[in-house]
Amino acid sequence: MIAKQYLITGMFMGVIGVFMSMLFRLQLAYPDQSFSIIEAFLGKGGEGGQMTPDMYMGLVTIHGTIMVFFVLTAGLSGTFSNLLIPLQIGARDMASGFLNMISYWLFFLSSLIMFLSIFVHTGMASAGWTIYPPLSALPQAMSGSGLGMTLWLVSMAIFIASSLMGSLNYIVTVLNLRTKGMKMTRLPLTIWAFLITAIIGVISFPVLLSAALLLIFDRSMGTSFYLSDIFIQGEVLHYKGGSPILFEHLFWFLGHPEVYIILLPALGITSEVISTNARKPIFGYRAMIGSIMAIAFLSTVVWGHHMFVTGMNPFLGSVFTFTTLLIAIPSAVKAFNYITTLWKGNLQLNPAMLFSIGMVSTFITGGLTGLILGDSALDINVHDTMFVVAHFHLVMGISALFGMFAGVYHWFPKMYGKMMNKDMGYLHFWITAISAYGVFFPMHFIGLAGLPRRYYSNSAFPMFEDLLHINKVITVFALIGGLAQLIFLANFFFSIGKGKKAIQNPWKGNTLEWTTPVEHMHGNWPGEIPEVHRWAYDYSKTDDNGELWGGQDFTPQTLPIRKGEEEF
Amino acid sequence: MKALFYILIFFVIATAFWQFFKLLGLTKKDQVATAKENDVNGWLMLGLGVFIYGLMAYSMVQGRVVLLPQLSASLEGQDIDKLFVITMGLIIFVQFVTQFLIYYFTFKYRGVEGRKAVFYADSHKLEMWWTVAPTVVLSVLIIYGLWTWNNVQDLSNAENPLIIEVYAKQFQWEARYAGADNELGLGHVNFIKGINTMGVDMTDKNAADDIPVRELHLPKGRKVIFKFRSQDVLHSAYMPHFRAQINCVPGMTTSFGFTPTVTTAEMRLDEDTKAKFDAINELRASKGIESVEFDYLLLCNKICGASHYNMQMKVVVEEEEDFNNWLKEQKTLAQVVNN
Repeated sequence: MIAKQYLITGMFMGVIGVFMSMLFRLQLAYPDQSFSIIEAFLGKGGEGGQMTPDMYMGLVTIHGTIMVFFVLTAGLSGTFSNLLIPLQIGARDMASGFLNMISYWLFFLSSLIMFLSIFVHTGMASAGWTIYPPLSALPQAMSGSGLGMTLWLVSMAIFIASSLMGSLNYIVTVLNLRTKGMKMTRLPLTIWAFLITAIIGVISFPVLLSAALLLIFDRSMGTSFYLSDIFIQGEVLHYKGGSPILFEHLFWFLGHPEVYIILLPALGITSEVISTNARKPIFGYRAMIGSIMAIAFLSTVVWGHHMFVTGMNPFLGSVFTFTTLLIAIPSAVKAFNYITTLWKGNLQLNPAMLFSIGMVSTFITGGLTGLILGDSALDINVHDTMFVVAHFHLVMGISALFGMFAGVYHWFPKMYGKMMNKDMGYLHFWITAISAYGVFFPMHFIGLAGLPRRYYSNSAFPMFEDLLHINKVITVFALIGGLAQLIFLANFFFSIGKGKKAIQNPWKGNTLEWTTPVEHMHGNWPGEIPEVHRWAYDYSKTDDNGELWGGQDFTPQTLPIRKGEEEF
Repeated sequence: MKALFYILIFFVIATAFWQFFKLLGLTKKDQVATAKENDVNGWLMLGLGVFIYGLMAYSMVQGRVVLLPQLSASLEGQDIDKLFVITMGLIIFVQFVTQFLIYYFTFKYRGVEGRKAVFYADSHKLEMWWTVAPTVVLSVLIIYGLWTWNNVQDLSNAENPLIIEVYAKQFQWEARYAGADNELGLGHVNFIKGINTMGVDMTDKNAADDIPVRELHLPKGRKVIFKFRSQDVLHSAYMPHFRAQINCVPGMTTSFGFTPTVTTAEMRLDEDTKAKFDAINELRASKGIESVEFDYLLLCNKICGASHYNMQMKVVVEEEEDFNNWLKEQKTLAQVVNN
């Protein structure tokens, strides 16, 4: 139930986030034209059908905030952790139903505040989703740093509380409520991913809260944690001795692990979906767990790679270059393991499988350019350009979104007891995959041309004028891709009501959730919780004669090890 | 009113979808992929692979002309460019190989009824290979990268560098040359007053000969060390042609240095630059705007407010002699402030 609440709230926020991006893509591709849709939705920020620079800044800021936190953190990990942890480890429910409920309602409250903040008179928060002070601290610097920013901070503080409660609950549940026989080394990779995600969330989110609190102090109580020596609108402000670089450290201590808080659940989900649909065990199960742990560990010691050019000591830059580039190793292991899982499989190309394979593809495409951005010397010239925007949208935005779609298509039967329509699913995948590449691949080149991100218009510099036609291509793909999500929404809501009734184990999976009744029930299993005898990936296992065990290409975790069978 | 209209349209479309789905729902067919769908989508995935390859190839050919000139305008930038080319080569190679494997395997092993997948769960040998190979490659990249980074960041052993302060504010750049003594006078926001917009302490003995300017001129072949200050919010001084960038942070001074190697006049003759600006001028001609010539630029690359997108300063690189002549013509701070 809570999973569904998370998902639907996340989808609602997602619609807003994506719609905002479509509006500002219009501005970037057609800076001189007026659109009545802009005037209709943006009001005085879009008078005459052209958005103001302030409105543009607000849209990119809230787009980023919503997509990163509300859709891909809460919507993805909140949904699937709550849904799959009890079902896949064999528990009646989460360890604390009460914490779980508070965590959702706090998330709901923070979504509500963020949503309302869009409409305040002085404008929504518009200092970028990273809200670097002094810009975010001083209403004199931009009007979005007034009430809009206050609401942003309040909403995020509540969000962090919600996320912490959720994460603690996930960790406790996974560690304590596993059914008999469910050793840690028999857990599906989804659960491993959720567990590690929750752990890095608990480590890093409180630091963001401290960053936000200090910013609130600076904004309303006159402290100088981040501010010093400022002259604005004709007067010298009283702030002395603070440094914005402190904020950057605190922010990115969460901000970088956040990337993996978003990505790891998607990697877990796709591992499960790819293995099930390839009818093959996931290749290198232990190496996959090892890489998840290595990525999680490294993710907490690389935050400085967002700060190579902030004026931080260059020696620190060297250290962070070293740790950052190391992440490529576990990532490469994961990518190769995925590819080997596809090799000699019997791929059932369901919509969930297509999205999962698409995710492997975008994960590699987006991840590789990390070699450039993570290298301090190379970062100098591409830092904060559109190259960065292309990189992180592919590697964490699109990849995590694909993981989320894969999860929804795959586990929809477990959420609603119905099947989603596969034809719509295919249509959704094909349009989305092509537009995703169409939007973000050409964007790298705009960045390499030196175009900074968060530019309201690139016509102020003659040297960027030739980028307009690329921007148009990107916008067309973005509009098509954005509209294609309506297919998904329609399919989703239609299938809840009118979808074909699901059978117990539609994808012929091994994991425990497919042993529960089709209709969700309190306590998950009607009788005893089943006992687990094997890992989750005994697909297409054969006996000594090369025949499939039991004549079927899957062996549920609940089946005891047969005579003569070797446990993997 | 218009918003209402759009919402209405949305509902109409939603209803159309709804009806369409109702039709689909009537068939009640199985919602798991059939053999035929595996086949069709296998082929389509091959198509997606081809599309991605096409897009990559097309972008690399067509996108090349919009890029920054390959010729780095600074000595230090040449090192960065070498590292960039090597890293990019590696990325493109790995990208082409792995994407091929993904889409080819998806196509080749698309589900066929009755075929057995191979139970292949582990191979320490393979895993060792693809752990060791990236480790070796990355070690080289890391060492080379750190070497380059240290070279670029090291400003300690420059001989007779030119010292320039670049001063950032919403939404404009100013600059100050250190003058005859090559020492900058102290600056602080408390001293901002009237024409002394950079807040220079005029009682400091190094201040009087400083030269305030609104356009940067740099001598070819002499190391320039920039000191950056900001008076209000974070800005980032970004000079893409010189491969140079550093943030301007209120409350502290940051620095960056490079040696310009290509004058503005020489860069205008560069093949890449010419191609890019020909294309730009063609575009401008079609719109009836006058044509432009290449100029080096300093632009702001850290979100700083509404006009962030238009915060720029022209940079001119010239022969040392021309530069010296230009500098002589500029008024010193003492002349400007005391008049």
